[in-house]
Amino acid sequence: MATTVSCLEVPKGGFSFDNCARNARLEERGLTRPKFRKTGTTIVGLVFEDGVILGADTRATEDTIVADKNCSKIHYIAPNIYCCGAGTAADTEKTTEMISSNLQLHRYRTGRPNRVATANRMLKQYLYRYQGYVSAALVLGGVDCNGPHLYSIHPHGSTDKLPYVTMGSGSLAAMATFEAGYKANMKKADAMQLVRDAVAAGIFNDLGSGSNVDLCIIGKDMKVEYLRPFDVANKKGVRQGNYSYKPGTTAVLSKSIKQIKYDIVSESVQEDMDTS
Amino acid sequence: MAMADIYQNNYMSMAPTERRFEPYAFNGGNILAVAGEDFAIVASDTRLSQGFMIHSRDHPKAVQLSSSTVLAQSGFEGDITTLKKHVKIRIDMYEHNHGKKASTSAIASMISKMLYYKRFFPYYVYNIVAGLDDVGKGCVFSYDPVGSYEREQYRAAGAANELLQPLLDNQIGHKNMEGDFLPLSKEKALQLCIDCFISAAERDITTGDCVFLHVIDKDGIATKEFPLRRD
Repeated sequence: MATTVSCLEVPKGGFSFDNCARNARLEERGLTRPKFRKTGTTIVGLVFEDGVILGADTRATEDTIVADKNCSKIHYIAPNIYCCGAGTAADTEKTTEMISSNLQLHRYRTGRPNRVATANRMLKQYLYRYQGYVSAALVLGGVDCNGPHLYSIHPHGSTDKLPYVTMGSGSLAAMATFEAGYKANMKKADAMQLVRDAVAAGIFNDLGSGSNVDLCIIGKDMKVEYLRPFDVANKKGVRQGNYSYKPGTTAVLSKSIKQIKYDIVSESVQEDMDTS
Repeated sequence: MAMADIYQNNYMSMAPTERRFEPYAFNGGNILAVAGEDFAIVASDTRLSQGFMIHSRDHPKAVQLSSSTVLAQSGFEGDITTLKKHVKIRIDMYEHNHGKKASTSAIASMISKMLYYKRFFPYYVYNIVAGLDDVGKGCVFSYDPVGSYEREQYRAAGAANELLQPLLDNQIGHKNMEGDFLPLSKEKALQLCIDCFISAAERDITTGDCVFLHVIDKDGIATKEFPLRRD
């Protein structure tokens, strides 16, 4: 058999840290790093009588400017599992999408609905591999054959399985609300109100969170209610003046009109158009 | 190996590290002032914040210096408090020495010198002085932190000044617009100031809660309040 020379180098697995040294050297020469869009954020999760409720605010910030006033922070993982994400927006988005795809393959392989513990394992192993460089802090909740489960996942890969969790810059305000109001086996209506109050505490007292409250309730029999928005806590103020421009306001510096040559290919006439 | 370099440089370095005391903080918020034919309006939001935390929702950033002059300040609250105190004392001294009320332009010039005195450890404050000048026309003086100042018709300063200044340039300065325009009326200027803050509160996290307006005209200084988003 003829000798075959492999001209392609198979890349090593894992994260390559080469660029980190390059970035450090560039920064010494005066490069300003681009700002990541972080979500600021208040995300919360609560286990109630029949299932799990996840709550999140809807503001995405770039430093001190609001980049998105109504972004969606509750991500789909599986039909019975949803995940809230705080930290770098791209990281939370892509990480949850990836684990969601892998779980779908897992569903086909096993022929069963996914367990929340599986999603938790996949997420924590992925985040640990990247040593915290993937800046995603997640609140993972869902209902499976063993009942409702709620996990909080930190960017370095540690997880906690708890009845109520909060993450993000507004987590302290939200946790204060939870600690004051949480009871085991709450009814759905009370639990929804408590989650709404916790996210609202983050929205009003933390500058990184704002706008509306989104809720996702995963209940008995893995039934999901995705309420976006659940509570529009802040509306834009009503403008007092009129800011429309008259035609002719923008100066026309020059005009050039070009004829576009065309051939008529076909003609058709439409019957009476109903414009009522 | 690349990984080992990172750890040596960042975490386990035995080289001496420098520790510095950070003398400034940024307390957020916005101020804006508009001068008309015979009036001036100063608007400021009332939120005092630091980082992601709110210190106060009821802390206006403008103060009356005399019956026809208002000083609005944004930046580091520690320096704002001290500078405000020094300015008020110097105005009292002026009135004792000269036997007359200090005019807006005199106050403006004095503040410029006070700021430059601290050229090598500046007050981290963005000032705007607004009021009626010697002939009763509205005037606005805006400053940089070390005392460079200029008389203008309108100016926005603070955290969201890049968002507000272009809007004022268009609506008051009529930049990039063709046509004839009426002179600015007090009602339209008030509406514009409030609308500016509504927009700033949408996109800047340190602006919100309430906008506090001082309207300076020949009858004195009237104040108005307008609520904003609290998130």
